[in-house]
Amino acid sequence: MTHRARWAATSFTSLTALACLIIVAVVAIILGNIAIHGVDRLGLDFLTRSPEHGVTQGGIFPAIFGTVALVILMTIAVIPLGVATAVYMHEYAAKDSPLVWLVRLAIQNLAGVPAIVFGLFGVGFFIQFVGHGIDNILYGGELHYGKPAILWASLTMALLTLPTVVVATEEALRAVPQSYREVAYSLGATRWQMIRKVVLPQAVSGILTGGILAVSRGAGEVAPILFTGAAYLLPHLPTRLSDQFMELGYHVYVLATQSPDVEATKPILYSTVLVLLVLTFALNFTAVMIRSRIRRRLREGR
Amino acid sequence: MKVDDVVTEARLRIESLSVWGTRGQILRGIRLDVHRGEILAVIGPAGAGKTTFLRCLNRMTDLDPGLLVTGDIFIDGHPTLTPEVDAVLLRRKVGMVFSVPVPLPMTIRQNLAFGLSLTGNGRAAERIESALKAAFLWDEVKDRLHEPARNLSGGQQQRLCLARTLVMEPDVLLLDEPCSGLDPISTRKIEEALQELKRDLAVILVTNNVKQAARASDRTAFLLFGELVEVAPTDELFTNPRETRTRDYIEGRFG
Repeated sequence: MTHRARWAATSFTSLTALACLIIVAVVAIILGNIAIHGVDRLGLDFLTRSPEHGVTQGGIFPAIFGTVALVILMTIAVIPLGVATAVYMHEYAAKDSPLVWLVRLAIQNLAGVPAIVFGLFGVGFFIQFVGHGIDNILYGGELHYGKPAILWASLTMALLTLPTVVVATEEALRAVPQSYREVAYSLGATRWQMIRKVVLPQAVSGILTGGILAVSRGAGEVAPILFTGAAYLLPHLPTRLSDQFMELGYHVYVLATQSPDVEATKPILYSTVLVLLVLTFALNFTAVMIRSRIRRRLREGR
Repeated sequence: MKVDDVVTEARLRIESLSVWGTRGQILRGIRLDVHRGEILAVIGPAGAGKTTFLRCLNRMTDLDPGLLVTGDIFIDGHPTLTPEVDAVLLRRKVGMVFSVPVPLPMTIRQNLAFGLSLTGNGRAAERIESALKAAFLWDEVKDRLHEPARNLSGGQQQRLCLARTLVMEPDVLLLDEPCSGLDPISTRKIEEALQELKRDLAVILVTNNVKQAARASDRTAFLLFGELVEVAPTDELFTNPRETRTRDYIEGRFG
């Protein structure tokens, strides 16, 4: 190797290493900054109490509760819909079906829509149309569902995360060897038996991956719930689907911009962000654990 | 072939079976009877339509929308190609073993119970045991039924696939080059198992290996470009083929 070539190789290696270091450094700075400033206030009190004195004191329990409830409801809505869509497209429809082409186009476009547009859609469709419709039919026009609610926020969030789940599920279905399907058919399985007993069990970890991505996205997005159900401050926890709720991401926004005393709120803000990060990581971690356990079980063939 | 062993009515009767694919005709008017108690070997060069022929018999061809199948197939006198016949039920009576062993990603026992789990049939343990014995696999796996099927060797996996089919107690057994990836000992075991099995079954063995056809079958059919050139008792076909094309193929292979 010439001196010049060696020099080029070394400098390129250092450049790539530097790029990696920059990423690690950025993450470390963000996390470190938040952890250092946020850890002081963090304690059982902060996690279990409601905000007090506007939002300048007290805890964030309602926001934690609301975030978890939102994510759970969203998952309940998005997983069956997303999995069913992917199963139809990959296992039932013909490859050149125009319907599949249309659905795929719709999903790709859905993935590109800005989150705030989902929020506006949620207001227009879920609250104005569906919610008011329910009120008119079931309650004689009395206001129950035609207003922002955790149900509508969850459904809006489910729409936002739908492409993630569909794409991940389709990928998981594609990864199931065609020979498994042939064997199932040759032993006299119907299409549904083949899907239920062979394909879906194999695809579970991939579907969960989609669920993980959906959950971490859902826990972090604020725009879709801004108009559809998130509240600035609530005296009670939501107990019905038609109740409004507090949410961590939205609460961060509130603390940062809407507080009556921004300086006094700052320590709470840091701690809230820390909790949001930890919660997101914990959700992800749980899902990853489930996934690896399923993988192991599949590997062992149980 | 001992003719007096054979039941008079054909277990499997194939009449003017033709198949068209997207790139032209694959099978041309096949006419063939297969009886209970015999092993019919199907030989022919790659692309002769052997696998397509086999897949018509359990209607796996239904799964490929690009195929058009015409003609008639009867099992014990009942037509199987008509649309009124449920292909799912047919496949439970016409077992198939593929060229590459495909154990499902489950335990050995679950693999064997898979077919039964589709029908909700009883006597599972008993039927699994007798199927494993028939496939000469019982002694090797009886103490490790809970282990993943993929822990088995290739030859064991193929016998597992054979047993998995036998659990369904089929009337016809289709084998698509079942020994193509196996060592001679595993091949031997499968061939021995087939000799036992044919008493209750009609067995169709598609093979690329002319020697296997010669030693393991009662009759042999030679397929070329989708046409059934000749079918004769194996001894006869290999010693004294009627058609020069058959002779050329066999001798070319023996080289």
